[in-house]
Amino acid sequence: MNFVQNFPCFSIVLCMVAGIISTPLKGKGAKRVTLFIVSLVALLSFVTLLYILFTGTGFTYTMGRFPAPWGNELRAGLLESLLATVFSLVVLCSLLGGMDLIFTDIAEDKVNLYFILVDLLLSSLLAILYTNDLFTAYVFVEINTISTCGLIMIRESGRSLIAATRYMIMSLIGSGLFLISIAMLYGVTGNLLMEYIHVEILELAASGQYQVPLLVIISFCTVGLAIKSGLYPFHSWMPDAYGYATISSSAILSSLVSKSYIFLLIKIFYCVIGFDLIVQSKIVNVLFVFGLVGMIMGSVSAIMAKEIYRMIAYSSVAQIGYIYMGIGLATEAGMVAAVFHILTHAVTKSLLFLSAKGLNEASGRKRVYPALQGAAFRNPLAGAAFLIGSLSMVGIPTLAGFISKLLFATAAIDGSQRKMLPTLIVLEVSTILNTIYFLHTVVRIYTPVGAPEEYKDVRIHPTPGRIGALVALILMNFGLGLFSQPITDLIRAGIEMFA
Amino acid sequence: MGPNLALNVEEVAAVILFGIGFTTLLLHRNMIKKIIGLNIMDTSVYLFLAAMGYIEGRAAPIVENGVTDAEYYINPIPSGLVLTGIVVSVSVTALMLALTVRMYRRYHSLDLDEILIRMQREELK
Repeated sequence: MNFVQNFPCFSIVLCMVAGIISTPLKGKGAKRVTLFIVSLVALLSFVTLLYILFTGTGFTYTMGRFPAPWGNELRAGLLESLLATVFSLVVLCSLLGGMDLIFTDIAEDKVNLYFILVDLLLSSLLAILYTNDLFTAYVFVEINTISTCGLIMIRESGRSLIAATRYMIMSLIGSGLFLISIAMLYGVTGNLLMEYIHVEILELAASGQYQVPLLVIISFCTVGLAIKSGLYPFHSWMPDAYGYATISSSAILSSLVSKSYIFLLIKIFYCVIGFDLIVQSKIVNVLFVFGLVGMIMGSVSAIMAKEIYRMIAYSSVAQIGYIYMGIGLATEAGMVAAVFHILTHAVTKSLLFLSAKGLNEASGRKRVYPALQGAAFRNPLAGAAFLIGSLSMVGIPTLAGFISKLLFATAAIDGSQRKMLPTLIVLEVSTILNTIYFLHTVVRIYTPVGAPEEYKDVRIHPTPGRIGALVALILMNFGLGLFSQPITDLIRAGIEMFA
Repeated sequence: MGPNLALNVEEVAAVILFGIGFTTLLLHRNMIKKIIGLNIMDTSVYLFLAAMGYIEGRAAPIVENGVTDAEYYINPIPSGLVLTGIVVSVSVTALMLALTVRMYRRYHSLDLDEILIRMQREELK
């Protein structure tokens, strides 16, 4: 076995070790440990990606000494390692971009706890990406939920407490459904490792046994993970949770946490149930419809939002709708578009949150629109970053968001006839709505006339960490937009590796 | 349908309990009752798993009198899953209770709707 094959396991364990080391340290020390480990994980994931590209096949890694089907396994393919690289880079950028605020927003004796939670979150994200065992996935989904709840409530304002509670309630409902679907799946197939369950399910499908339980399992699992990732009717916790946490938390949560559940769902669709059975079960049509409704309703709520953070949070609801619509198209092209949009949204939403924070600082820490008038002149870098993020979300060529929309549209045209027209119409309407709320904000921040007197002459000089994070995220946005061909090829090859 | 239901009494009970817990967690306004609902929901899944792993007339999977024949013991994996699940649900319950204590100290209520109203009133001041 090649040494590189240890890297997925190393990165998960390293994050946990970082959390343990940070326990006795003060805030500054915990910060150094966490930043070092997160960068190291990004490097390890990138090396894994290169290794898989070089050898051309994914690999499974046996945890402990028990061979499959009894033991526990990790599995690394192109898609897993690509997402792990992007996720750890986004965590790094979000931490750097909000570092000064972590130290001011959070009580001094709790700063190291914040970094422990981030370590735990990253390790659970990586474990959800890499694991090949459904019950391990469940355990790490719960760890993810707990650390996310901590990241929301650590600021200790009344609103963030309530936001954390509402988040927990929705998430626990989702994980309950996911857990019972795993229990039933184990009852039907007698296995927990994905590929062994898949073999059993193929046999069941061929013999026609247990069709009703299988349908129940598929729907519970899908609905559970959809609730957890905040698909449209289950999004009510999002605006408060993203709007009132410290800014690094908002950036990490909005861009990564819900995406990991979506990725787990895609993995279950391909590796556990098998995509043909999923298409037969019609569950993708349900996701498709809710995705479309989410795209419209999220944008409408974003237009009506009176605060910049709530606007960005509601825009997340719409973007998650896009991803589920891509999955709902039930073609490989739709899936590629959905995964590409996961990447786009991860790098854009964190950029938007960090730059919105810069604008907010330039406006006496007020978050309502009238106070933000002319904020881009008071904090030019944040203004430019917000402009680029907005243009990307709207879908201007050379930026990542354009490629996502292009991929969704071509997937819809090549896909089934019945889904083509609704997809294209809703894509169009939603793009117009996106333009309304994003450009409305951009125009507002670039209008110097009528700026509030008391901070008219404020000039914000961002910290080096903030500058670095914003520039890195802008570059990633352009990178995804300009080099989309190799990346979509990579995603397509990754999805083929699943099957 | 009938004989199957009678054969799988435990599973039927587990699913009914799951429904009770699920609706309590989703719809009840009182935080403590929500947490109780969460526990009923999780426990029903453990009942489901444990009932699935148990085989009539066999022993617990601990080697006794040197018998290593697998036919003598029940399936140990569901029990292992139940143990792991219990650990998870205990920690989640502890977290929810801690959140409830915090909210009670701040808003002096356990009713989620009441808390939301008080929060809005507080912000308007």
